Amino acid sequence: MANSYDYDDASLDSRYPRPPSAGQGSTGTDQGYDPNFVPDSVKTFVVHLYRHIREKNVYEIHQMYDGSFQRLSDRMFRESPWPSVEAIAPYVDNDHVFCLLYREMWFRHLYARLSPTGRQRVESWDNYCSLFSVVLHGVVNMQLPNQWLWDMVDEFVYQFQSYCQYRAKLKNKAEEELQLLRQYDQAWNVYGVLNYLQALVEKSAITDVLEREKEGLEQFAATDGYDYEGGTSNVLKMYVEAIREFNKILLYILKYKQYHQKSPQYDQILKKNEQMYALLAICLSLCPQNNLVEENVNSQLRDKYNEKMTKMLRYDDEAYAVYDELFTYACPKFITPSAPVLEEPLTNYNQDAYRLQLKLFLYEVKQQQLLSGVRSFLKLYSTISIGKLAAYMEVDEPTLRTILMTYKHKMHAVDGDGKIIPNADVDFYISEDIVHVVESKPTKRYGDYFLRQILKFEEMIGELDRIKLD
Amino acid sequence: MGREQQQVSYTVEQLVSVNPYNPDILTDLENYVNEQFEPGRMSIPIVVQILIKALMAMPASDFSLCLFLIPEQVQMEEQFKTLIVLSHYLETARFGQFWDEAAKSRSILEVVPGFEQAIQAYAIHVLSLTYQKVPRPVLAEAINIEGLSLDKFMEHHVANSGWILEKSHGRSQLIVLPRNEFNHPELKKHTAEGVPFEHKK
Repeated sequence: MANSYDYDDASLDSRYPRPPSAGQGSTGTDQGYDPNFVPDSVKTFVVHLYRHIREKNVYEIHQMYDGSFQRLSDRMFRESPWPSVEAIAPYVDNDHVFCLLYREMWFRHLYARLSPTGRQRVESWDNYCSLFSVVLHGVVNMQLPNQWLWDMVDEFVYQFQSYCQYRAKLKNKAEEELQLLRQYDQAWNVYGVLNYLQALVEKSAITDVLEREKEGLEQFAATDGYDYEGGTSNVLKMYVEAIREFNKILLYILKYKQYHQKSPQYDQILKKNEQMYALLAICLSLCPQNNLVEENVNSQLRDKYNEKMTKMLRYDDEAYAVYDELFTYACPKFITPSAPVLEEPLTNYNQDAYRLQLKLFLYEVKQQQLLSGVRSFLKLYSTISIGKLAAYMEVDEPTLRTILMTYKHKMHAVDGDGKIIPNADVDFYISEDIVHVVESKPTKRYGDYFLRQILKFEEMIGELDRIKLD
Repeated sequence: MGREQQQVSYTVEQLVSVNPYNPDILTDLENYVNEQFEPGRMSIPIVVQILIKALMAMPASDFSLCLFLIPEQVQMEEQFKTLIVLSHYLETARFGQFWDEAAKSRSILEVVPGFEQAIQAYAIHVLSLTYQKVPRPVLAEAINIEGLSLDKFMEHHVANSGWILEKSHGRSQLIVLPRNEFNHPELKKHTAEGVPFEHKK
C-alpha cells in the first residue's frame, strides 16, 4: 500500500502511458543524448508552431500541440528529452515567450517519460514563474488553445505535488541535493504556488468558462475540482452533499464518455471515474441514502462495489480494511506543504499527510460504527422506551442517551451558513423516555419512469417512421 | 506573548487582499490560521487558541479540519491531546465526561472567553435535534448547571427561546424544547420530485 501511494515514481504516473522499457532516474544524459542536436522534424515543428502562434491560428496550434508533439515524442524522444531550448531558439527568432512555452513542454515531457533531478525541478519552477509573469502582467499578443492552458495549470499543480513528495524524502538524498534544497528554498514554496493559481484563476475566469462551455471541456475540467470537493466534503461529514456531487458527475461521464474517447485526458477521466465510485461507495456505507443516486449510476456502483459495501456495513475488522483500501485508492493526493527541516536526523515524511488523513478518516468510521447498531434497531420499531432499547443494546440508559444524541449529531451536518442538513434515512425523536422512530420511505420515482418510457417510445416511433413500406 | 504591537499602516484587510500569502506579514496576520504552513514558526499557544475556538464552533467541523492541518508529531503535545479528548467527548455527546475533563483543564481553556457558553449552546443544539421533551437531569448534565442556577437558566430560555416547563407525573421536571423539523418530523418539508425540462433546440 505504501508503495502505490508514492507517485513521485514516474512509472506509476497514471496520466501518461509509459513504455515499459523506459529507465528510472535517467535524465537522458546517457545513451548519447545531445541537447544541441536538432533533428529536422523538430526544426519543422518549432518553425510551424511559432508561425501559427504569431498568426493566431488556434486550430493549427491545437493540432500541433495535441498531435504532432505527442507523435514526435513517441517516435524520437521515448527515453530522452527534447532538444534544449537554446538549440531551437535560433529557428524562432529567439522569441522570449515561445522559448518559455517550449521549455514548459520540455519539462512536461521530462516528468512524463523520465525522472527529473532536483535541479531540473527548480529550473521548471523558474520557468513557470517567468511564464506566468508574462501571462499575468505582460501584454501577451497571442491566443492559445484552452486545452494547452489547462494542461499547463494542471502540470503546474502536479509538479508542485511531486516536489512536495520529493522534498519530503530526505533520508536517501545526496549531500548536493540537500544543498540544492537549502539554496533554493523558495522554489515551489506554497505561498508562491497559491498566489499564481489564484491570479491565474482570476485572470481567466470569465473568458475561460465561456470558451470551454463551447468545447465541452469545462465539465471535464470541473471533474478534477469536484473530485477534490467530493473528497473534502467527505471529510467535512457532509456526506449527502458529497453523494449528490458524485452522482451528478458520474451520470455526466456515463452519458458523454463515448464522445471523448479520443481526448488525451480520457484515461485520466476514467481513473477519476473509478475513484469517484469508490468514494461514493464509502459515503453510502457511512451514510445510507434512499433517493440520491440515479439508477444507472447506482447499478454501476453495485457492479463494482457491492461486495465491498456489504463488508463495510458490517463494521468489523474486515470492514476497516476495506475502508482503508478504498480511501487510499480514491482520496486526493494529500501533501505536506511545509518546507523540510534539513537537520539530523533526516526522515521521510512524504507519507505523513496521507497517513494523518487516513487515521482521522478511520476514526470517523469508528464513530459511525456505533451508530450503525442503532440504525438496525431503530428500523425494527415505531416506538420503544429508552429502558427497553438500552436492554436490547446491552448498554445502560445514560449511555444509550449519549449514543442517540451522537447519532443525531452525526446525521445533521451544519454547513457554512449555519443551515442544518439532515442525512439520515432512519430518524427519530425522544419524548421524555420514549423513542419515536421516523423512517423516510423511498419514494417511487414516477418522473424517472415516465421519462424513460417516453424516450423509448420516441425511439420506436422514429424507427417505424424510417421503415419504408413497399 | 512577547511580541510588540507593531505600527500597522494598512488595515489587515488591505494586506490580505494585496498579497494573501506573503509570509513577511505573518506577524500582522497572527489572528488568522496561517500557522499551518510553517511548523517552524508555529506558536503553540496560538494554535491552542485556534483549536479552542474551533471547539466552540461546534457543531461545525472546524476542529476536525484543524486536526488535518496539524502534523501528527505536533498533535502529541499535552495540550493538544487534552483538546482532542475534549473534542471526542463532544462529538459523541458525552457531556458528563466532557465537563469533568474540562474542569481539570481550566488553565488551558480559560484563555478564550465565552468557552463555557459556546459549549452549552452546542449541547442545547444537540438536545433540540433529539428531544421534544427532555428530562431535567439530562439537561443539567449536558450544560453543567444544577440547582438554582439551572432554574434561572431555564427561566431565561422560557422567556426568550420558547422553552416550556412541564411537571412530569411524580418524576423530574420536563423541558419542552421548541418545535423544529428534527424533533417534529411532521414539520419536515417534503421536496417534490422535480423533473427538469431541457429546451430542445
